[in-house]
Amino acid sequence: MLLGEEDCINEEGEFVINIGPQHPSTHGVLRLKVWLDGETIKKVEPHLGYIHRSIEKMSESFSYRQFIYITSRMDYLSAHMNNQACALVVEKALQVEVPARAQAIRIILCELSRLSSHILWFASAGLDLGGVTPFFYAFREREAINSIMEETCGARLTQNFMVPGGVITDLQPDFPKRIKEVLKQFKDNYHEYNEILIGNVIFQNRMMDVGVLTKEDAIALGCTGPVARASGLSCDIRKLYPYDGYEKLKFDEILVTGGDSWARCQVRMAEMLQSVNIIEQLIDNIPEGEFVAKTKNVLKLPKGEFYQRVETARGELGVYIVSDGSATPYRCKYRSPNFANLSAIPHISKGHKIGDLIAIMATIDLIIPDIDR
Amino acid sequence: MKTLLSYSFSSLATHIHNWLKNAITNDMLLTVTEMVIVGVCLLVFLILLAFFLGYMERKVAAFMELRLGPNRVGPKGTLQIIADTVKLLFKEGFTPDAADKFLFNLAPGIIITTALLAVAPIAYAKGFQIWDINIGVLYISSVSSMAVIGILMAGWSSGNKYSLIGAMRSGAQIVSYELSIGLSLISIVVLTGSLSLNDIVESQANGWWIFKGHIPVAIAFVIFVVASTAEINRAPFDLVEADQELTGGFNTEYAGMKFAMFLMAEYINLFVVSAVAATIFLGGWMPFHIGGMTGFNHIMDYIPSSIWFFGKTLFIIFIIMQFRWTFPRLRIDQLLNLEWKYLLPISMVNVLLVTLMAIMGWHF
Repeated sequence: MLLGEEDCINEEGEFVINIGPQHPSTHGVLRLKVWLDGETIKKVEPHLGYIHRSIEKMSESFSYRQFIYITSRMDYLSAHMNNQACALVVEKALQVEVPARAQAIRIILCELSRLSSHILWFASAGLDLGGVTPFFYAFREREAINSIMEETCGARLTQNFMVPGGVITDLQPDFPKRIKEVLKQFKDNYHEYNEILIGNVIFQNRMMDVGVLTKEDAIALGCTGPVARASGLSCDIRKLYPYDGYEKLKFDEILVTGGDSWARCQVRMAEMLQSVNIIEQLIDNIPEGEFVAKTKNVLKLPKGEFYQRVETARGELGVYIVSDGSATPYRCKYRSPNFANLSAIPHISKGHKIGDLIAIMATIDLIIPDIDR
Repeated sequence: MKTLLSYSFSSLATHIHNWLKNAITNDMLLTVTEMVIVGVCLLVFLILLAFFLGYMERKVAAFMELRLGPNRVGPKGTLQIIADTVKLLFKEGFTPDAADKFLFNLAPGIIITTALLAVAPIAYAKGFQIWDINIGVLYISSVSSMAVIGILMAGWSSGNKYSLIGAMRSGAQIVSYELSIGLSLISIVVLTGSLSLNDIVESQANGWWIFKGHIPVAIAFVIFVVASTAEINRAPFDLVEADQELTGGFNTEYAGMKFAMFLMAEYINLFVVSAVAATIFLGGWMPFHIGGMTGFNHIMDYIPSSIWFFGKTLFIIFIIMQFRWTFPRLRIDQLLNLEWKYLLPISMVNVLLVTLMAIMGWHF
């Protein structure tokens, strides 16, 4: 980015820089055009589309069994939840009864990927704030979880495990044992997360009173997930519109009222423990039985509109399908949590420093492929 | 044994000087020859030191981060840093189109020169000092503060907005933290009554200042270590580089050996501040002595003075390296608040306390 390529200093004396599309802290190809007054941010403008793959349009040409698999590539850290949302919308339309075993497997795997996603958030938050060590601490547990995913689903990141009616295959025999090992490892190491980063006074000062998102703004901007719950907005889909048997489980929706970056950190740190709690409730009593319901070979949804939402690691993912009665969707629309959460960044980073913008991006926890789709 | 104990490197220097004097009769030529010999030895030493510190940094980082660190090139990965240097040597010395070519190429030279100049008055062992200047403390603090010119020059001339922001940050940061460093050095100068590093070391023959000077000197030591970490732009005060914010800051556009010069200057600066801290507060090459306990002091004298000096210096380097791999980075306003609202007032009060202590003779 050379001087003179863009308007370096505009008529109002503002210094214009591009953070991204290639920048270490945007975690992908997000481009933020930032107007600066010295170090202070006057305006932020996100520019999107650098990784647009037209997943929605592609979904229209795939059958209802196939279109699930490309959704793993949207929010790749919540691949299970994306697959689950698509499977659920098809099940809803066809009124398929999902076996209890499949539901339990789905919840365990989803909570495991939520845990792993929040662990990765911890790692990258530390990295964005200049502390490299938390990254390696966090990757101990994430690596173990990824290994479980590999043993169970055959893939470490884009798992493609959920199918309409259940899951694609049964669990491997020592799955409960491996899960318990990982949970024990996580719980033993959890205090180190607090010691190395969360309890650090520099980290807390960087986070507190930075990027305050009020409850009203969170509603107006459509924020969901940990970002909205940090502003005191109760929006956990698992509680509000339970699916796949979440209503039978005991867990808390974490609500913090601060609305600043520090509140968002607290929500995620507490949600890690809630995910562990949910897995522990299920791991010893996975029901016996079928792992997938019997469905026809070619699925044809009845004519009409279908919508299903799930809670991914970053917020509410909605899948909206318009069917004309054929074997492929007529129109497919994903309401992705990151796109809505991104719109909070220009709003809350005004008046802060450049370093704060990085901290805000770290705590909003964006996944860029999910924004562009 | 007695001669070994009282052995001073100055006798070695005298031998070499006498030998050269016989060989070269012209006084001017003799001086120049000696300077060249010392300079070459010093450069080789510093390059090896920078290699060692680079290796040490990687190993300390690995130790902090539950990794193994370099372990493939050479025994225990010791040649890794050589391999990296060779790689940097073969890279193109790239100058961007938008850069101010003259300043862009001058900046690494200025930074490395200021780093090298500051090494001169350090006493490495008993009688082993390149330049026993009587204002050593003042000299080091004034020379090392010139590094900011090089950083500003690099950031401005790169023609990159990120570099410019990094350079502007360095201006604010280094100028601020100079004050605390100066004040904490003054507290020992007040106690010793001399600016010469040699005199300061000699004054610690019956105990290091950090033990003799009660709490005020300990506070000055902590302030010195914190402020000098900021002065040499190391994490958590590495706002000038700030990879995650400014993608490398002032050295974004540098590659190859020009970048290696910044890297080497960083390690030499790290060595200089640690050596100064070790000399001023921890007795430099002076063994661990307790005033009045002759027998104990005698045993301590058996450990060579150079081992004492490098041991203490490496200990402080290790602490500063641990800072980098433990703490997240501060924000620019927090960084300046820390200096102007906390460190500076504390050091000012501290200097008064130390002065009172020196006048009343309360220290040991």
